Amino acid sequence: MGENGIKLRAENINLSFGGVEALIDVSFELREHEILAIIGPNGAGKTSLLNCINGFYRPQKGRIMYEGYDLTKVSSHKIAKMGLSRTFQNIALYTGLSTLDNLMAARNIRMRYNVFAAILYFGWAHREEMKHRRVIEDIIEFLEMESIRKKPVGMLPYGQRKRVELGRALALEPKVLLLDEPMAGMNVEEKEDMARFILDTYELKKIPVIIIEHDMGLVMDIADRIVVLDFGRKIAEGTPDEILANHAVINAYLGGE
Amino acid sequence: MRLPCGIINKSYSQDTAIVRTNLQWLLLVLALITLFTFPYWASPHWISVMIGVWISIIGVMGLTLLTGYAGQLSLGHMAFVAIGAYTVAILMSDLNWPFWAALPCAGMISGCIGVIFGLPSLRIKGFYLVIATLAAQFIIVHIISRWDSLTGGVFGLSVPKVTLGGFEFKSDFSYYFLAMIFALIAILIAKNLSRSRIGRSWIAIRDNDIAAEIMGVDPFKYKLLAFFFGCFFAGIAGGLWAPYLRYLTPEQFTLMGSVWYLGYMVIGGMGSIMGPIAGVIFITILDEFTAEMVTDLATGSPVFAGFVQASRYIVFGLAIILFLIFEPRGIAHRWERIKNSYRLWPFSY
Repeated sequence: MGENGIKLRAENINLSFGGVEALIDVSFELREHEILAIIGPNGAGKTSLLNCINGFYRPQKGRIMYEGYDLTKVSSHKIAKMGLSRTFQNIALYTGLSTLDNLMAARNIRMRYNVFAAILYFGWAHREEMKHRRVIEDIIEFLEMESIRKKPVGMLPYGQRKRVELGRALALEPKVLLLDEPMAGMNVEEKEDMARFILDTYELKKIPVIIIEHDMGLVMDIADRIVVLDFGRKIAEGTPDEILANHAVINAYLGGE
Repeated sequence: MRLPCGIINKSYSQDTAIVRTNLQWLLLVLALITLFTFPYWASPHWISVMIGVWISIIGVMGLTLLTGYAGQLSLGHMAFVAIGAYTVAILMSDLNWPFWAALPCAGMISGCIGVIFGLPSLRIKGFYLVIATLAAQFIIVHIISRWDSLTGGVFGLSVPKVTLGGFEFKSDFSYYFLAMIFALIAILIAKNLSRSRIGRSWIAIRDNDIAAEIMGVDPFKYKLLAFFFGCFFAGIAGGLWAPYLRYLTPEQFTLMGSVWYLGYMVIGGMGSIMGPIAGVIFITILDEFTAEMVTDLATGSPVFAGFVQASRYIVFGLAIILFLIFEPRGIAHRWERIKNSYRLWPFSY
């Protein structure tokens, strides 16, 4: 896959909205097997960086190399087909669909039957639906969502919706998982559950994970490496221990000088 | 959807099946028997009303796929009905095509023109798209009323009868079956589309277009597919109208008609297949009921005849407003709730 164990490489990303510079010369690498945390104060450009990887924002300069392709030139839905899957900071589920159908909707990119098969439904379409249903049921079991399988997600409490989002991201069969604040607004118990799911996914699927998170204790526990952003610039990168000892990071968070 | 006690899913196929219980099978068979025997026991007036209902169901079903499922608001649906109607009329009268070849053509042409007018949806949504589809309504009807050599302009166009073998569909009695068969097929197609990957992708775009794209739904493909099917259904509805009305003029396809289509859909319930069926039937019955009531009152008190005649629309409008206040999510939604509570009775857990 990637060269020298690098799964994804962002090179000199520059993104600005009018006069506002959201990302300035940000470069980082995601290795084949690691949990990479991106941290930084509010407005540092963390979500913008993920949006660039997903092709939702187009950086003015720089490139994001993944499996030999420059993601800044690929449209969003094709990036999803290439195996990059994510969750959103503000939950972005399909509120009218049930948990099951939210996950099934994500299977769309793995389904092959065409419009005519869909009109007939019986036969090809039905067979394929059932095949994918089996995959989805495994994810539902894995994330312990059996009881909410048929509930419309619009009616679910916040914590469970976050979980459905993780399920939907997994339903794409990702090769890289991008998580944008998967534990924001959760209580300690829910956070622990979510952390367990993330670590289990990481171990079982053997895929690299990029996670944006504000809870430092949690980040230090689960991340292999950390990238720190502040006002659109990367100010530090390293293992949790290195980051804890880094002066620039401490200044950015606690306000120094 | 909850299942009654004792019905257990043993396979995923069973879980996704539409008809699950014996009672549902019974009701389905009873409903089909009722519908197929309807012209034998109903009055001629109600047969003609039901033909209108069947054809409207097809058109509103198209709008439901486009607006209710894919979330692309359209205020020009009647124009696509017009395209279907005129296509059938022109192919049958000028080129002597049989109805059975002209009807699919009507659907295809209407669908393809729908795709062209759907192109703006890739850039704009919501109210802006409403204005773009409103343009479709005016442009298409304007072209129809001005292209005299092809459409007969404002004077209109007569349409031959539908024939099958040696049989002629000239009475309401026979046309009822024609309209019903097509409507039932349309309902089945819409249901299958809605529960397939295509229906889910449409809902994904409707509920969260950004997330849908990032999660692998190609908005270009699915939005245009929604416009195609929405307008295809409208074209078929138009194609069925033409030989029934026997005479087409541009005034039959007004903006008001498009608004009514939206009304049927909203009152029936957006985003469900039951919605358009319930909406069309409910409004038609309400309309008939108020008409009958007004006639009775007017004959009872000739002095107030004019006043009573006018009050018909007040009662009609009031009923719709009250309905939207008490069940804003439509008849189909209320029906689901009734079904759920009935299935849990008497243990409501």
